[in-house]
Amino acid sequence: MKHFDLSNYGWGLPLKASSYAYKVDGALSILHWAMFIIFFFWAVYMAYCLINYRQSKSPKAEYTGHGTWKTYITDVLIFVFEVWLLAAVGIPIWAHIREDLPKSGEAVEVHVVAQQFNWLFQYPGPDGQFGNRSAQFVHLRNPLGIDPGDVRGNDDIISINKLYLPMGKKALLKLTSMDVIHSFFIPEFRLKQDNVPGMVFPVWVEPILTGTFEIGCAQLCGSGHYRMRGDAYVLSPEDFDQWTQTASAEMQQHLTER
Amino acid sequence: MTQDSRHHEETFISKYVFSLDHKVIGIQYMITSLLFLLLGFSLVLLMRWQLAYPGTPIPLIGPLLPNFMAPGGVLHPVSYNTFGAMHGTIMIFLGIVPLGVGAFGNYLLPLQIGARDMAFPRMNMMSYWVYFLGGVLMLMSFVLPGGAAQSGWTSYAPLSIISPGQTVWLLAMTFLITSSLLGSINFIVTTVNLRAPGMTWFRLPIFVWAQFITALLLLFAFPVLQAGAILQLLDRIAHTSFYIPKGIIVGGKLIDAAGGGSALLWQHLFWFLAHPEVYVLLLPAMGIVAEIITNNTRKPIFGYKELVGAFASIGVLSFMVWAHHMFISGMKTSLSYLFMTTTMLISIPSILILTCYLLSLRKASIRFNVPMLFALAFLPMFGIGGLTGLPLGFTPTDIYLHDTYYVIGHFHYVVVTGTMIALMGGIYFWFPKMFGRKMNMKWGFIHFWGTIITMNGIFFPMFIQGMAGVQRRLFDPTVQAHNIVVQPTNIFMTFSAITLLLFQVPFILNFFISIFKGDKTEENLWQSTTLEWACPSPPLPHMNFAQNPTVYRGPYEYSVPGREKDYWPQGESE
Repeated sequence: MKHFDLSNYGWGLPLKASSYAYKVDGALSILHWAMFIIFFFWAVYMAYCLINYRQSKSPKAEYTGHGTWKTYITDVLIFVFEVWLLAAVGIPIWAHIREDLPKSGEAVEVHVVAQQFNWLFQYPGPDGQFGNRSAQFVHLRNPLGIDPGDVRGNDDIISINKLYLPMGKKALLKLTSMDVIHSFFIPEFRLKQDNVPGMVFPVWVEPILTGTFEIGCAQLCGSGHYRMRGDAYVLSPEDFDQWTQTASAEMQQHLTER
Repeated sequence: MTQDSRHHEETFISKYVFSLDHKVIGIQYMITSLLFLLLGFSLVLLMRWQLAYPGTPIPLIGPLLPNFMAPGGVLHPVSYNTFGAMHGTIMIFLGIVPLGVGAFGNYLLPLQIGARDMAFPRMNMMSYWVYFLGGVLMLMSFVLPGGAAQSGWTSYAPLSIISPGQTVWLLAMTFLITSSLLGSINFIVTTVNLRAPGMTWFRLPIFVWAQFITALLLLFAFPVLQAGAILQLLDRIAHTSFYIPKGIIVGGKLIDAAGGGSALLWQHLFWFLAHPEVYVLLLPAMGIVAEIITNNTRKPIFGYKELVGAFASIGVLSFMVWAHHMFISGMKTSLSYLFMTTTMLISIPSILILTCYLLSLRKASIRFNVPMLFALAFLPMFGIGGLTGLPLGFTPTDIYLHDTYYVIGHFHYVVVTGTMIALMGGIYFWFPKMFGRKMNMKWGFIHFWGTIITMNGIFFPMFIQGMAGVQRRLFDPTVQAHNIVVQPTNIFMTFSAITLLLFQVPFILNFFISIFKGDKTEENLWQSTTLEWACPSPPLPHMNFAQNPTVYRGPYEYSVPGREKDYWPQGESE
């Protein structure tokens, strides 16, 4: 077994490492408290009935099959609670996490391309522009199939199973897949989204802690699904710029060797 | 059933094998589906060993498995995926649905409405045998070249299209779908046309309503999956591209397909069936619980019309919630608002049903026999299953919990501790009706308590794992850091599962021994009001009732004031 640093994890939710992790966890705790209270009242009521109306204590049942309007109070309360949940929690948080996408210039943009059983990341490099990818150019030394004729791609960074992000800045991740459906999952970010072949799906995340976080695949993608993992390294903005420069230079070195 | 054939001499084959009698067909369904349930459960035990002790040989069974499945007794990742896919398929399509609908529905629906048989006995027989063939084909896929399906019971494209074993799965599913359709048409026509005189719609037992609405769900939902499955089959064998987008590269090679299809289309077609399917699993169980609870509380069920309304609205709404399985699938984010709302809406009738059952206990005179224990256990267990659906139907929390063990815990609470527990209660309740003999109730108590405790031991830790972020369908969870802290729960769950299997031994022995050696039952053993207890136990072959029954009152006239007996059967004129 590989030796991991387990300090981010415990019994319960992992470390909160993204700006919206607090909102997701808040919603989780509201729901679980509500579930617990509803269940508690059901259970107490049921236990009360079972003890009080057992045949030895209550030999004759009452011939009624109806209640008054009062018996439906709980259902109405639950309904009202659900409407409140939808309006105050569900819709706004979902809109924030999935629809408040940063504009292209404001965020670090990364293309996340899933493949059996690796995560491939394409960064635009210093020029800020992505080289075109096409299936026809894919081979061992060009795993993403970046078009060699596209000059915008010359300084692009390709990283395998290692995602680098700057802390405190929004990242716009564009998810897609080369083969089957995968699901990009970083527990500490409370981020999960399917990578679907033939589609590009944008998600955003703003890391609030530096450190190393785990990337897993959450959608069955074949025999190696379980070992499809990567790491997300959140660096300080200066370290991230440094990394971009070095990594891009290394990639261009490779390109000339190619 | 024509008048003549009833008087023909019946051979063993026509009486027990190719029978047209709904009761024999029901028992055939029951025994076949129970065997499939045992098989599906055994498969998961092998997987559970791997989860608890990754990479170690499975004791006892491991060395017996063929080398390609488990080299050196250690499960292979492909076998793990295969067993996972087949566990889901067997449990749902070959186990629970045939038990809840095929067995209980077939056996009891005609009896409870006072009919002599189903409307179409030959179609009924065909329904069983098509199901049987589908089951055999599904099992054969284990030993055919390519092995069994390995893309999950959900068979998401394009993985399912490029994986071996899927063709046989699709063909077998075609048999199972056909069988369900034949059955559902029969149930609908029988309920509409063959009710005894006086059996108005609002005198139908809740169980009949549940089966009737289930049949409608099957009729409307299954053809969609059938169509989807045929398209998937074409993608596999005719190189069409319904679900294959352009430029897919597998293992470094461009796959041979024109492309232009959509991977999400399969999910929409699949879940359009598979969400109503959840209620197909659930409604018959809720019907059984209603019958057992009313009988053992000795009072009319609380809110009969509200229950019927709730069942009907679940039926309608279940066609409008399918995409809540797809919140993070890449579907347009704004669609999620609609499906989150409909999902919250469908929770209302479910809560209403549970409330009615709970309120039925009020001012009752409760008998605690074995079937009643199972029915009572259904209430809190289904409660947990239903409540944990809330954070999954709710989009922000689903982002985190989707495809984790939380989901697995949720639907196993619904289907196993909910439906399966209710179905077991149903077996104890109607066994005397089916075989004329009683099951041993002391062993029944042991079976109940052992089962309910170990089931919780398996499924409750799944919520803990889900919270920690453990993904489903992982062959070896320990290769990912975030799964390691909660790994000890896997050992606990595995031993709970093994103990659960051991606790089924008394049930299996009790079931088969009681068929031949059980105490003879008295007529109307449970002092019940519904029509199935108005005929002999077991009911007369092909006739059911000695005289055609007439119905005089509603189904649950218990403890009517001023009467000597505390039950007033539907078929008694006075």
